[in-house]
Amino acid sequence: MLHVAVVRFPGSNCDFDALRAAERGGANAYFVWHRDNDLKGADVVLLPGGFSYGDYLRSGAIARFSPVMQAVRRHAESGGPVLGICNGFQILCEAHLLPGALMRNAGLSFVSKPVDVIVERPDTAFTSAYEAGQRLRLPVAHGEGRFVAADDTLRELEAEGRVVLRYVAASEASPYQPNPNGSANHIAGICNPAGNVVGIMPHPERADDPLLGLGDGAGFFTSISKASVR
Amino acid sequence: MNFRVHVRVMPRTGLLDPQGQAVEHALGALGFGEAGDVRVGRAIELYLAASSRAEAEARTRQMCDKLLANPVTEDYLLQVEEG
Repeated sequence: MLHVAVVRFPGSNCDFDALRAAERGGANAYFVWHRDNDLKGADVVLLPGGFSYGDYLRSGAIARFSPVMQAVRRHAESGGPVLGICNGFQILCEAHLLPGALMRNAGLSFVSKPVDVIVERPDTAFTSAYEAGQRLRLPVAHGEGRFVAADDTLRELEAEGRVVLRYVAASEASPYQPNPNGSANHIAGICNPAGNVVGIMPHPERADDPLLGLGDGAGFFTSISKASVR
Repeated sequence: MNFRVHVRVMPRTGLLDPQGQAVEHALGALGFGEAGDVRVGRAIELYLAASSRAEAEARTRQMCDKLLANPVTEDYLLQVEEG
């Protein structure tokens, strides 16, 4: 059975949702504390959302130096799948496992609502359950989700097809505002060059069952169980 | 020697600074319409021991590059004083 480590930092608050979603996806999921030095044989690592270390200094800036992040870095560099959701995405950027940064939303408000995104990379360990171009409705809940990067980094992300999720324009099919935070190129999620490290602002773990009102996120966790066990 | 270092971290010029915009609007509403190009950053002060002013500055630059500022989005300025 696939082993999924959910890393908990002081201030993580989507940890139980992520654990439960991974279990529902068919994995053996367990928590790893930020002071732990190893991932207990994890095949896949999830960095859940929240406000690690109170977002002091910058979101994710302090979490980056947690002992467990050394193990996460080794896991990522050896090709192991890592998914950072929301604050987890911010931590991956601060740790330089993903490029760019997440800044204060353009509208200044904390935005908590469903948005529509397009899956542009269905070939990662977390998105293989989806089709290229598939439209998902997922909740976002963040105050600092505006992805920014240097112009050459943005060009590289686009040229290499490393945008995993992109906010889509509102239409009759969607009453939701297209880009909730003003991110560059409407980016909602990216991956590293190898495609094993993925960071996304939307919360699929809050949308993995129609009973929750939204079910489109389940694919992120059923994708994991299809990932090869190393 | 001991040094007192003042670090000023500012959002990089050219990047949208919604905090600065909000403060600018609030200043306008208070009758300070002459205020413009408001930007909001962060000030950090610290003491450190170093053998020279140059070393104090070099060490603080390392702190900024590694933690205190985000090289993607922020620039920083240092002011080093003995004391």
